Amino acid sequence: MNYLILSAILFTIGAVGVLVRRNAIVVFMCVELMLNATNLAFVSFSHQHGNLDGQIIAFFVMVVAAAEVVVGLAIIMAIFRSRRSSSVDDANLLKY
Amino acid sequence: MNTYFHDYLVVFVLVLLGAGIVAGGLGGNRLLRPHRPTREKLTTYECGVDPVGEGWAQSYVRYYVFAYLYVVFAVDAVFLFPWATVFALKGYGPTTLGEMFVFLGFLAAGLAYAAKKKVLSWV
Amino acid sequence: MTTLDVVFVLLGVVAVGAAVLVVTTRQLVHAALWLVVSFGALAGGYLMLTAEFVAWVQVLIYVGAVVVLLLFGIMLTRAPIGRSADLDSGNRWAALAVALATAGVLVTVLVRGFRTAYAPLDVAGQGAAKPLGESVFRIWVLPFEVLSVLLLAALVGAIVLSRREI
Repeated sequence: MNYLILSAILFTIGAVGVLVRRNAIVVFMCVELMLNATNLAFVSFSHQHGNLDGQIIAFFVMVVAAAEVVVGLAIIMAIFRSRRSSSVDDANLLKY
Repeated sequence: MNTYFHDYLVVFVLVLLGAGIVAGGLGGNRLLRPHRPTREKLTTYECGVDPVGEGWAQSYVRYYVFAYLYVVFAVDAVFLFPWATVFALKGYGPTTLGEMFVFLGFLAAGLAYAAKKKVLSWV
Repeated sequence: MTTLDVVFVLLGVVAVGAAVLVVTTRQLVHAALWLVVSFGALAGGYLMLTAEFVAWVQVLIYVGAVVVLLLFGIMLTRAPIGRSADLDSGNRWAALAVALATAGVLVTVLVRGFRTAYAPLDVAGQGAAKPLGESVFRIWVLPFEVLSVLLLAALVGAIVLSRREI
């Protein structure tokens, strides 16, 4: 129970970070924080129900998160190369 | 249950001990040594020459490729641990071995692609 | 309050404090290093929940690999390290509103829904590598193979995205 509340708080902090920060890499870190919060929720559900599946899902989520970081940072690098900036506010061409 | 936490208590005490050794060494050093800084002493050591420019430089994008190859293969290594504990057990055997090799085959295809695109060559 | 509760409170304070510092610090490198602290505290939390394999995978993948990659990204995109002024965007009040709403909804749902559901795993070593391996290679084989395809796709995609200049 306590762990679920901790994971809710961490998720909220991550969400606020995504909204507040402007640097793409810090936004990425906050996304990682949110993923970790959900992992904590999965593991504590697994602990509550006496079932291992939650831990397996958390494990898979970590692997998917690593793949996501690889591709996401490659995208950030590509944006940085073309616009010399890693701010999310500068990548706005799709808006117009 | 209690043995589990007891085991990790030992790990925790060991970590504390390691941190204590490092902190004690650095702290003892700080207490014992004389401290008389001058401007020359505080400059960055650069083989005896006066340092030029700043300490931070932008690194090349091409090294980034090695970083993410490392991440992908760290992930792949993580799967080897649960696999190594079970594949010799009864009821797993060749099937599990084959499954692991399918997994490794996909990653090897990625590595082959990287090699073909000349990402792995030394630059 | 038992010892486990005390440890939980300590880990929770460290995790939440480090997470707040990730969001508020003005130095990019410090944000990445506080992220390490937060992930380490979470790994401790997994250990407390007897998910030892997940905890060590957390240390290996997140602390060992993902943060290294993030630091690499910082080094590549921002040569002058130090305080950066333009780190916050303007929508601070919208963020506050979203934060309160998210926290309210999540905590309410969790407290109302799961207050009574409690059946702890009391078998020692339940989250070790062996039972997880049995579960992965008996039940979760297909997701495991699909993950290899995902990793292949990520690898190829990242190479394609970053190849032009190398």
